[in-house]
Amino acid sequence: MGLAIVLSLFVAPEDADQGVSQRIFYIHVPIALTAYFCFGLGAWKALLLLWRGSERYDLESYVAIHQGTIFGSLTLITGAIWAKASWGVWWTWSSNQLVLFLVLFLFYCAYFMLRFSLEEGPRRARSSAVYALFGVVLIPVSFLAIRLAEDFIHPTVFTREGPQMTATMFAAFCVTWAAVTLLAYVLYRVELVGKRLDADLRELREALR
Amino acid sequence: MTYLADVAALARKDLKVELRARDTLPAMLLFVLSTLVIFHFALPSDTGDDAAYGLLWVAIVFTALLGLARAWVPEHEHGVLDGLVLAPCDRSAIWLGKTLATLAFLLAAQAVALPAFTLFFAPLSATALVAVVLVDIGICAVGSLLAAMAAAGRARELLLPLLLLPLAIPLVVGGVGAAISPEGERYLLLLALYDGIFAVLSWASFEYVVTE
Repeated sequence: MGLAIVLSLFVAPEDADQGVSQRIFYIHVPIALTAYFCFGLGAWKALLLLWRGSERYDLESYVAIHQGTIFGSLTLITGAIWAKASWGVWWTWSSNQLVLFLVLFLFYCAYFMLRFSLEEGPRRARSSAVYALFGVVLIPVSFLAIRLAEDFIHPTVFTREGPQMTATMFAAFCVTWAAVTLLAYVLYRVELVGKRLDADLRELREALR
Repeated sequence: MTYLADVAALARKDLKVELRARDTLPAMLLFVLSTLVIFHFALPSDTGDDAAYGLLWVAIVFTALLGLARAWVPEHEHGVLDGLVLAPCDRSAIWLGKTLATLAFLLAAQAVALPAFTLFFAPLSATALVAVVLVDIGICAVGSLLAAMAAAGRARELLLPLLLLPLAIPLVVGGVGAAISPEGERYLLLLALYDGIFAVLSWASFEYVVTE
């Protein structure tokens, strides 16, 4: 697994010959897609929690959203770097995807605030689950809103040619995507195991007392 | 029919409490008017009407936040919420009653604030007025759920704005668009969509937030 990640991260950019700035595309877009995937997974686990009422979904949902937020901040950082390289500014409001990520980033930071402010227990689990579900609904709604907002904030729509991908570039893109998804999954499992161990340990300590 | 009767009874209770205590509504009114005065000084004199329209939505969202922060305080201070949860009625009726009561406060505050805005800054079109009502519905529907969530936390006054503001961004986009865009109807559609989706979601999930 680690080998696959290393290979894809170092070999894949070699395929790109569109200038240095274009290479970040191979990192940026897969990370963004993975972040969406993590948020989706978190919401799905949240739905399962509300539906079945099993405690373990709470932790899974939290860990997935935690990973999603980490990948989300990476997306913002790589996006800013890419924007600096290709448009000359660190931040541009005309990039819908970046704005959407900023909104989501704020939203999920609020999720953590909510979690840390409530007492541990089923009520916290359910409140966070409801908020996580709101988040996944917020994604398409804000995307629509940001799209619409573009024509009064920026009357001249910023058009950018979509990257016309050759087969090798597409292959490189797919490999990085798979690698990043794998990375996210591994991190998700690792954090989950860690958090579960933590919980078990706490339970044991309580029992021994 | 009993469901609607429950909702009406709960909303009436909130209105009655407000009529006797007069906690929230005067505060909201005063707040929104002082905000408008602040905006007058915040905007340089040669900025166009568009900037004023934009700030109007900031005022609306913050006024709603002020009302929502107070929404569950009486319930919590006297342990009413536990009683309501135990009462033999659908829990979502509690949410709907609270949403309607908060909406009534917000509309009452705006009945004063919007004419004041027209007087101080610029007239509002019919589209903008519809947008105000739609934004109010959306923000009260989502806000009364989130306020119930935040009320259980340690830092409840602090938590609510954090939870609500990211969710309110589409509402602000829709409101500003409806006020300044020549084709404002598209934004009304966005607002209606938002209201529909989030009202159903809040209605369905309220039970999970208040039960132990």
